[in-house]
Amino acid sequence: MAGIPHDHYEPKTGIEKWVHKRLPVVGLLYDTLMIPTPKNLNWMWIWGIILTFCLALQIVTGIVLVMHYTPHVDMAFDSVEHIMRNVNGGWALRYMHANGASLFFIAVYAHIFRGLYYGSYKAPREITWIIGMLIYLLMMATGFLGYVLPWGQMSFWGATVITGLFGAIPGVGEILQTWLLGGPSVDNATLNRFFSLHYLLPFVIAGLVIVHIWAFHTTGNNNPTGVEVRRTSKADAEKDTVPFWPYFVIKDLFALVVILAIFMAVVGFMPNYLGHPDNYIEANPLVTPAHIVPEWYYLPFYAILRAITFDVLFLDAKFLGVLAMFGSIAVMALAPWTDTSSVRSGRYRPSFKWWFWVLGLDFMVLMWCGSQPAEGLIPVISLIGAIYWFAYFLVILPLLGVLEKPLPQPETIEADFDAHYPPKDAKASAAE
Amino acid sequence: MKKILLSIAVAFGLSSGAAFAAGDSGGHIENIPFSFDGPFGKFDQNQLQRGLQVYTEVCAACHGLRQVAFRTLADEGGPHYSEDQVKAYASNYDVFDPELDDTRSAIPSDKFPANTAVGAPDLSLMAKARAGFHGPSGLGINQLLYGIGGPEYIVAVLTGYTGEEKTQAGVTLYENTAFPGGWISMGPPLEDGLLEFADGHQNDTQHMSEDVAAFLMWAAEPKMMARKWLGFVSLFFLGLLAVLLYLTNKKLWAPIKRKEKTV
Repeated sequence: MAGIPHDHYEPKTGIEKWVHKRLPVVGLLYDTLMIPTPKNLNWMWIWGIILTFCLALQIVTGIVLVMHYTPHVDMAFDSVEHIMRNVNGGWALRYMHANGASLFFIAVYAHIFRGLYYGSYKAPREITWIIGMLIYLLMMATGFLGYVLPWGQMSFWGATVITGLFGAIPGVGEILQTWLLGGPSVDNATLNRFFSLHYLLPFVIAGLVIVHIWAFHTTGNNNPTGVEVRRTSKADAEKDTVPFWPYFVIKDLFALVVILAIFMAVVGFMPNYLGHPDNYIEANPLVTPAHIVPEWYYLPFYAILRAITFDVLFLDAKFLGVLAMFGSIAVMALAPWTDTSSVRSGRYRPSFKWWFWVLGLDFMVLMWCGSQPAEGLIPVISLIGAIYWFAYFLVILPLLGVLEKPLPQPETIEADFDAHYPPKDAKASAAE
Repeated sequence: MKKILLSIAVAFGLSSGAAFAAGDSGGHIENIPFSFDGPFGKFDQNQLQRGLQVYTEVCAACHGLRQVAFRTLADEGGPHYSEDQVKAYASNYDVFDPELDDTRSAIPSDKFPANTAVGAPDLSLMAKARAGFHGPSGLGINQLLYGIGGPEYIVAVLTGYTGEEKTQAGVTLYENTAFPGGWISMGPPLEDGLLEFADGHQNDTQHMSEDVAAFLMWAAEPKMMARKWLGFVSLFFLGLLAVLLYLTNKKLWAPIKRKEKTV
């Protein structure tokens, strides 16, 4: 692997050499674990480990849940109740799986917004960013498919609404929707294919996660200063970094355990807080819920979808909404190219900071709008929120790079680190 | 510090924005301090038994409870009847046995029969399938304070009749302050003194409603006690592990951060 100069694995004993010559897997693990990591990483760099854990948690709990679940419209709802009542620890598995999805999305949003603030998407990490966006899209798909499986009212009607979006595509929409559903409406064929895909996609995500890690292990981690690790020599690199093991493994494990404690408190004490009560009612194609609401993690984008309430030329509002929803993620994926600033980290960008925090607020407001019935002021607020979202990526980021006067950045990561943790001789001389 | 704030803001903001309470507000629903509220709450065994009596003598006429097995009435932390009592209780019900191709009287391993006679909803999950609290402004913060409010909703419906009736398309509807839309097709099922409790507990409508709501919460979430126990055990061990990892991390980084004690 190219990148920051560091020590590589050297097989020592005979058997190590024998294996290494045939399959350098130990070397791969060693180099992955010992990767030089900027020593000034702050607590916003923990989310990668949290996300990896979430993926593992979802796969493990999911595989066991599948052993007791029946993907059939007449039996799915009851089989979930069977898990909750009769399977040993089934209630714990299911609540961990359902809330695990929420933890997964909290972590991914924290991870993405960290990347946006510290400019982690900028050269040379564009591919890491794009892969990350693909993972995020697949997570959305997987979460949506999984939400359909308990076959409650929100499962059914959520599936009906979301697949209806594809039906809004002019010309091919209806054919596409029928093909997705396996019939004219959400039914057994839909449930079966959603189950199959819900089982498949996490493994695709796992593959992309490996590529994601591979990509940023090639470029090295970004860090809060956005200043690159010196690669001039191994000695210089070592002044800016510490090996991932043990320094960041232990730090990340600590963070993971704290987050898990909060997670288990939610599972133990309020496992249905993030769910929708209607999903405890079995799916009924004849009764439409008063308000169909997606899971909380889709709400900001659901709000953008509903923000378009007017036709433009021959395109109807629904199709434009679909375009806006997917577009809002596409423009985020374009950030590496629309951000023109030469400074990576938001820490040294005085104007950018404001626009960034407004984007964070915008995200929250859109989330709230998505949860409300689309009436009164909600569509107007959603539209303003959606416009800001697009403007941030397409107008504000390009302009800021030209207009903003950035603050001075530290020369090196070491200098930044030393400013927080002064070397002893500096401390001594300051005390005199 | 700012980054910690950032992470807290993101994590907390996300989760509180999350309670997407749909705004189909019926009437105002009062919080009721149930014995099972909060992390330390437990089901009140006597209340569950009274609730079962209300269900049996009143609700079961129209509603089923098809997810609940009779044997679970013996569960500790639940109604906790003796096995003989459960056997005797189950034998009051007739269930269809596909092997006999006929009905027979129920045994503890059977479930309460479904009841679709008049199209009344099954009550197995009713206490989790309704939310009593949504606000403020649909943010769902009240659910953090009082719980989701399913049992409160049940009590509010049972006690929310105004006495007004109307007939619409041949169906009699009863005005109810808690029911979304204000008119419900279920007639007022309870009245003061409708039944006598063996323990001599108060049998006015409010008390009977609370008892049956508590029973239905148990029916919907029979593993609640085990779940809360899991919460405490996890918090204890994860807390311990967090302290150990914090100290390990501190010691590990001390030389890097030049915080080692100098000799």
